[in-house]
Amino acid sequence: MIVNTNKCLHCGGCVGSCPKNAIFLCDTILTFNSDCNRCGRCVRLCPVGALSMEGAQ
Amino acid sequence: MNPLRCEVLVVGAGPAGGMAAKSCAEKGIDTILIEKKPEIGAPLRCAEGVSKKMFKEIGVEPKPEWIRADMKGAVIRSPDGTSFQLDESKAGAEVGYVLERHLFDKGISKLAAEAGARIYLRTWMTGPIKENGKIVGAHCVSMGEPLDIYCDCIVGADGVESQVGRWCGIDTNLKLGDIEPCIQYRMAGCECSMDFCEFILGRSVAPGGYLWIFPKGDGVANVGIGIGGTFAKDGVRPKQFLDKFIAEDPRFRKAQILEIDAGFDSTCPGLEDGYSTDNVLLVGDSARLIDPLTGGGIGHACVSGMYAGEVLAECKKKGDYSAEALKAYDRKIRDRMEDGLYRDWMAKEKLAELDDETINELVKIMSTADIEHVNVQNLLIAIKDKYPKLVEGFEDLI
Ligand SMILES: Cc1cc2nc3c(=O)[nH]c(=O)nc-3n(C[C@H](O)[C@H](O)[C@H](O)COP(=O)(O)OP(=O)(O)OC[C@H]3O[C@@H](n4cnc5c(N)ncnc54)[C@H](O)[C@@H]3O)c2cc1C
Ligand code: SF4
Ligand code: SF4
Repeated sequence: MIVNTNKCLHCGGCVGSCPKNAIFLCDTILTFNSDCNRCGRCVRLCPVGALSMEGAQ
Repeated sequence: MNPLRCEVLVVGAGPAGGMAAKSCAEKGIDTILIEKKPEIGAPLRCAEGVSKKMFKEIGVEPKPEWIRADMKGAVIRSPDGTSFQLDESKAGAEVGYVLERHLFDKGISKLAAEAGARIYLRTWMTGPIKENGKIVGAHCVSMGEPLDIYCDCIVGADGVESQVGRWCGIDTNLKLGDIEPCIQYRMAGCECSMDFCEFILGRSVAPGGYLWIFPKGDGVANVGIGIGGTFAKDGVRPKQFLDKFIAEDPRFRKAQILEIDAGFDSTCPGLEDGYSTDNVLLVGDSARLIDPLTGGGIGHACVSGMYAGEVLAECKKKGDYSAEALKAYDRKIRDRMEDGLYRDWMAKEKLAELDDETINELVKIMSTADIEHVNVQNLLIAIKDKYPKLVEGFEDLI
């Protein structure tokens, strides 16, 4: 997963909506663990479009 | 760091965690409250509207510094500009305050501290400690150092992130349609009413959600939007709708942004499999207790925190924090909240299907109906008479 750190507002919303509980937020830093199955939900829901996936268009 | 030990560990110091810690500590429970951020109540993820009657229910006297503005009523507006105004005389205690959340949240945690809870900031729970399959505490990172906290019961109060429950076996996963991504600007120089909260509905304005203007006095307002998760995708993001609205509404032609806040609301009818398990219970947003129609969660957060303390005091007496003992908490939540959550979830689902024209009609119906005491229940009754399709499937809850 790619986080555009200039866009992300650290709201934690993606963390709470990830069906694999694979996202972690501490302060301003988002990390993803290997449970991510690339479902794309976080990318779609981020209010400001701060997330994208490697290899996706 | 040396491990800590307590009876109840509350994870997250928002209103739900603060109230839970206060309520536990007041009942003589040895309580620790942890918060991963360096400051309680900031950054903001909220429009800060709360009903006045909430304070009565939780037995807390609101401090003047918590309240930024006292609302005279609310206005519901449809895309064609039709509006319906509810005044305090008709809406009674449903009308509320616009808070200063960073002071309110700190104020509730202050009450917890005064009651004897120990508070650790910058302390992040990263997972449960299990012994023979039983949850006996939490692995944390405190100021960058690993810290284990042992306890009899964990209260998950970690807000929308809702990870504590999922780590501990409580299913808090949401359907896409029950997630509402939001964005809000705190704006100065607004020429909108400073006495009325405004809610603007309609698919062209906020698909699957609504847009709000919550005034804070002196030309300042929280102007924000939430849209339904099923509508959200690249090119359809809350920010675009909010920017369009602000650019087109003359009341904001001079307004400037002081603060940008984002956040997600859950809009589900509560948790199907319950709010607790052995040695763990969930309060507030982590238990997905936000009202799915209004997006309001502060009230339920505080009330559920209070219930947690009441039930855990009984558990302490009996030395029993099992799932069976904690069912008393689930019962309290179900009795107090679940009918309302379900009714409002159904209403939200139906509203999300309607086009702008129908919303215009609905707001007209509301504005011409003679409603003595305005609340969600009575509004739905008025709509039920003239537009029964909206309440199909949950008439019995109205
Ligand atoms: C844009 C927006 C507008 C809203 N407007 C309103 C409104 O006008 N009125 C209303 O009533 N409600 C509103 N809500 C909902 C309201 O903000 C929430 O219901 C309320 O904040 C819930 O309180 P809480 O204590 O459950 O969670 P939160 O206030 O989110 O607190 C959770 C805390 O837990 C901490 N935390 C998370 N994970 C960990 C961890 N692992 N370890 C330690 N700490 C952790 C977080 O840092 C946070 O401080 C709005 C929500 C949004 C997104
Ligand atoms: S939803 Fe977007 S803004 Fe919020 S934390 Fe995730 S990436 Fe950042
Ligand atoms: S792509 Fe799906 S599984 Fe991966 S982090 Fe995002 S929401 Fe979670």
